[in-house]
Order: sequence, then structure tokens, then C-alpha cells
Amino acid sequence: MASQYRSVPSHDVPVVLSRNGTHGPVVYSLSTAGKDRGINRGDRVVDVQAIHPDLHVEIADLDGDQALMQHLVHWARRWCPWTAQDGTDGLYLDVTGASHLFGGEVRMLRDMVQRFAMQGLFARVAMAPTPLAANMLARFGAPYQISTQQNITTDLAPLPVTALRITSDMDRLLHRLGLKTIGALAAIPRAAMMQRFSNVAVDRNPLILLDRAMGHSPDPLNAPPDNVRFIARARLAEPVIDPMPHLKALVDDLCRSLADVEKGVRQLLLTIYRIDSECRTVQLATANASRDPAHLLRLFDGKLDNIDPGFGFDLLTLEALRVEPVLRIQENLDGKRDPQKDVAGLVDRLTARLGRDKVTWSTWCESHVPERVEGRVPALQGAPSAAPELFRDRPIRVLDPPEEVRVIYAVPEGPPSQFRWRGMLFKSTRHAGPERIAPEWWRDKPGTRLRDYYKVEVHDGRRFWLYREGVINDGRGAEPRWFMHGFFA
Amino acid sequence: MVSDSSYGQVLQFPQQVTFGRPALTDVLCNAAADAGAIGVVLAELGQSDQPIVWVQDYAARREAGQLYAPGLRALRSTQPILRVTVSHPRDVLWTMEEAATCAGLSAVIGEVHGAPAVLDFTATKRLVMRAEASGVPLYLIRSGDPGVLSAARARWRVGSLPSRLNPNDPQAPGVAQWDLDLFRARGRAQGRWVAQYDPTAAHTTNRFSLVPRSDAGSLEACGQSVQIGTES
Repeated sequence: MASQYRSVPSHDVPVVLSRNGTHGPVVYSLSTAGKDRGINRGDRVVDVQAIHPDLHVEIADLDGDQALMQHLVHWARRWCPWTAQDGTDGLYLDVTGASHLFGGEVRMLRDMVQRFAMQGLFARVAMAPTPLAANMLARFGAPYQISTQQNITTDLAPLPVTALRITSDMDRLLHRLGLKTIGALAAIPRAAMMQRFSNVAVDRNPLILLDRAMGHSPDPLNAPPDNVRFIARARLAEPVIDPMPHLKALVDDLCRSLADVEKGVRQLLLTIYRIDSECRTVQLATANASRDPAHLLRLFDGKLDNIDPGFGFDLLTLEALRVEPVLRIQENLDGKRDPQKDVAGLVDRLTARLGRDKVTWSTWCESHVPERVEGRVPALQGAPSAAPELFRDRPIRVLDPPEEVRVIYAVPEGPPSQFRWRGMLFKSTRHAGPERIAPEWWRDKPGTRLRDYYKVEVHDGRRFWLYREGVINDGRGAEPRWFMHGFFA
Repeated sequence: MVSDSSYGQVLQFPQQVTFGRPALTDVLCNAAADAGAIGVVLAELGQSDQPIVWVQDYAARREAGQLYAPGLRALRSTQPILRVTVSHPRDVLWTMEEAATCAGLSAVIGEVHGAPAVLDFTATKRLVMRAEASGVPLYLIRSGDPGVLSAARARWRVGSLPSRLNPNDPQAPGVAQWDLDLFRARGRAQGRWVAQYDPTAAHTTNRFSLVPRSDAGSLEACGQSVQIGTES
């Protein structure tokens, strides 16, 4: 789905969705106007653009399409309990025993098309005794075609053999044999044909596929399980102002339902429905999946102070937005708590109160530029790791950003002898260096200058990390400047 | 400290000096932007694989800079660090209190700059009680010497000293040396030492060593510090 149009093209403008192919973008999908102009799937976008200058190209969002299909699979359970996805653009619905609820099969099909149209989606529907037959009729048959066990052979007969979802090689082979329709294929004596296709995979063998379409061999529907929502509600008899007393029962309730399926929560959403029909939400996350009511309840400390309850609220819901499996494990025999779990709980509490980006673990990057070595990742996502071994002397603190200092030094590339930083004058007594760190050409901007780092000890024993940015006449700016970057222990 | 019935209190230099683990330890910086305090704390903590919680307020971050983990590794400190950045000292105290209950940590280190009103005697007393209940050592690194009351079980003042001679290059700084001044402690004599930390030493026990300060064989040199200690 193209999420945002720059402008909505008119109906006669061909619109194509592109994806990256081996030699540049190719057409992934196209509109009816595009089909009318003779554009095919798999054409290179540059070629098509040359032929049709008015072409409108959007980048295909395959992950978004897949996510939408997953939603539609569950949404389609409004008609029947068993639904499954078919490829990237199809849905199977097992409506056995469900059509009378919608006033018959024809009305049900019309209802489906209408409801898809209300979401801006164009649907072709067909009904048949087997999933494969329904699939073939929907893609290649007449609109709203309903086939029964009696007339399935005659209904499928005029369809091309491509409808059986065989490979293009097999399709070409069948065409050479003169078998262009399903009817022609079904009329051939099986024994001879089967021998010919004996080395073809089962799900690509046209005869076996035909058997499945006709209902001669089983073709069960594999429906994914329903999404379970872990949600606890508290309906109050009268509007109240303070949610805290009701929270404990909610959390207990939620944890009980999670414990039944051996799961723990990673993300929690508390929604407070006010009596003036507005709602307020509080969202929390945990570093490790947890279903410990005391711990979850503690995460709400201080989070509810800023909620404006208005004239009160009468409904509270607590939903586990993300759950992960948690197995019951025995903790230590000596009765002490697992230290790892303790740290995860601490991370949750700190993050809930201070914010996600304030509580962080380090990540490491192989780089010589000092500020790139260490990255930060929110503790809810990252894992603890020790710093990599460095063979260079590095300070224990750094200033971010480095502060400019005024330095007296032996021009052009000598060590600093005296410098003024934050209004104080320091005299260097000893120094180590320079350690030259060049910019990373694959990452830095073209004008970036190299740095010469010095470890400088001043008269009272403090050890600083200074660098000179650039050298004189390096063609990258004026006089080199000096910066204070860090402090040694 | 040893009590003797005939002579009263006898002040002694402890043979093996350790910070008052486990409890709250105040580490005061002698000068601005002096990273010696961190070096002392980390050298004292040694190696472990349990994480350290490190919390800094905005003023400390601006004055003294951020912690730089590759530099910790150079001090042979391998603990992963859970970094907490907050803006107000109140949140530093809250975080330290919260972290002090977590037994899976090797230490909790907080940094506060100056003498904010929230960091009073009561607040430090709370931290001490938490730390004593859980056994996690707490360190409060305070720059911009506040000189206010604290309930910390041990209070140190740390400054950098000129480093030892570098055997490879007489021009370059060598092994770091610090001036340690224990000016208030419970159950222990005050004292002043020169500490040196050599992360490259072969044996763990050799890395961190303390020698009595040559000009402070008597306690007169740190008389002022003792004064502060007795007041609090």
C-alpha cells in the first residue's frame, strides 16, 4: 500500500508499484489503467517510464501489505470462524454452515465485496466446495460465481490451466501438449499423464492439484489461531477520582490470566474512561517479561499523578499489549532472589519513572574516533555488556561536546605548554602524545580535520586530554583550534 | 579504631584500607574536573561481572563530563554500566534509593555537583539505611566541594597528585597517584594516604596500594578535615 500520495492521480494515469529487482526497480503491481496500456508485472520501471511519460510510480510496501493481510485474515472472521491467508493477495474463508446468517450465499458474497469496498479494497469473490476451486474461480472465473459439488467439473472446465498455480515451465509444457483448459486436462486418461509427471513435486503436479480442486483428495484449511487479548476491566458503580485503589485488582486479574498460559507482559496499557466520554492512557514497558503483580503495580508509582480525572471515571482497563512466554523456573535453593531478575526489575522501575532514553546500556562500535566507540541503547531493549579491551590510554570522563581552550604551544605541531580553560590557567608539566586520529572518510563530512590528542598533566596533578583540530596549512580551514575533551583518573 | 583500657583511644593506620563497604561512602573531589575520585572508587571496587548503576545529574554532567566506558576498561573495571541520566539531584537520590534495594548490583554510584537543598542529612541517612539493608555499596561522588553534613559511613576527600615517573618516557605521566583523605569514618580512624593504582600490575593485590602521606605522619596536616568530621 502506498501510504501517502504526493498527489492523487486521475483514473486514466497508469499507476505502478515498484520494487527493487536485480537490475533496478521493476513493476511489482499496477492499476487497471496500466494494464490497459499494456504494462506487465516484472517490466523495468525505467523502460515503462520511457514509453509512458505520465507514469506514476510508487514504491511498494511489502511488509505493510503483509501486515494488512494479517489483519484482514482476522477481520474476515466476522463471516465465519475459519479463515486463512492465500499467497500475498488472497483470503480463504470456510463458510460451511455460516452463510444462512447473512441471508444466503449470494447475499453473503455481496456483503463481503461491499465491506471490502468500504475499506477501499477491491475484492473478487467466488464460492466452491474446495479452497483451490474457489481460488481458481475467484481469480479466473466470472464474478460472484458459486459452484456446488454437482457442477464443479463444468464450472472449472473453461478455466485456463494457469489457474492451477503451476510453474511457468509446466504451463508451457501443458500448452505444447495442447492442454489449454482444465477441462482438456481432466479429459486425458490419468495413467499416462501421471507417469509423465511422476517426478514433479506434489504441490506443483497439475493432476494432484486438479484432484484437490475437484475434491477427490483432501485439502484442509490451516487457519491461524485467534489473537488473544489479555485485558482486565474494572467497571465502577460510581465515578471516582483516584484510580490507585482499583489498580491492584486489575493487575492481579491480568497476571492470573497470563499465568494460565505461562506468559508475561512486556508492555502494559492502562486506559481510564472518564464520565465525560474522554479517556486517558498510561503506557509502561518492562525489560523482561513479567507477571509479578507486586512488580507491575510498583511501576505505576507516580505515573497516575498527572492524570486529569475530570469529574471522575467509571471504567478502567488494563491491557497487556505485548506478551512473551515466561516459564516457571525455580530460583536459587538458598532462597535468595535471582540477581539478573532483580536488575531487570530495577530497569523497569527506573524507566517507568525517568523515561525510556534516560536509562541506558552501552553498545560498542569499532572506531578510532573516541565519541563513536560507545553508543547508547535503552535498557529495556539492550543487554549489559562490558567495554572492549583497548590498547590505548583513554580518559575516564569526556566532555560532550568538547570545550574550546586557548593554548600556547610550539607552532606548528608541538605539545601544549600552557592553556586556559573555564577561566583558569594551567601549566603543563608532563605530556604524552600526540596520538593522531584521522577522520573516517567513509563517514565524516569532507571538511573534517584530523585530531592530535595529548595527555597533559598539570602542576597539581590533574591529567587532561586535549586535542588540536587540524594542522597548519592542511587546506581545511584557518588556524588549528584546541579542545578539552576529557579527564584521566 | 582500637580501644585500650589504660590509654583510651589509640589511633592506628589500618594495614589494609578499604572503603566502608557496604554502606554509603561520600567521595569529595578536591578540584573541579578532577577524575581522581572515580578512579579511586573503581580501583577499590575491583572486577566483577555484576552491573554498576551510574547516575549523574545535569550539573555534574556539565561540570565534569560524562563517564567514558573505554577508559573504565583501562582501569581494569569490567562491570557493565547501567547509565542513568537525570536532570535534578532529587532524581539522583531517588534512583540511588531504588537501586540500593537491588542485590544483583556490584555498586551504585551517584554524582551530584555542589550542595543542592535536597541532598541534606536526612536524605543521606535514608541512603545509608537502604544500603545497609541490601548490602549493595553506595558511593556518592560530590564535586564542587559542598562541605555539608552527611550521614555517610565514610567520607573521603580525593585529589589527584602528580603521577609517578614513567619508566619508558620521563616526559610522560606515569602511574596515577591520588591524595586520599579519610576525614570522617565510623569505627575507624581518620587518616591521609597517597594511593597509587597501577592497572597493569600482574597481581590484583598489587594494583591498588596505599602509603601514608610522608608529610602527614601526624594528623595535624588534616586537622581541618577532622574538624569537619567531628561537627557532623
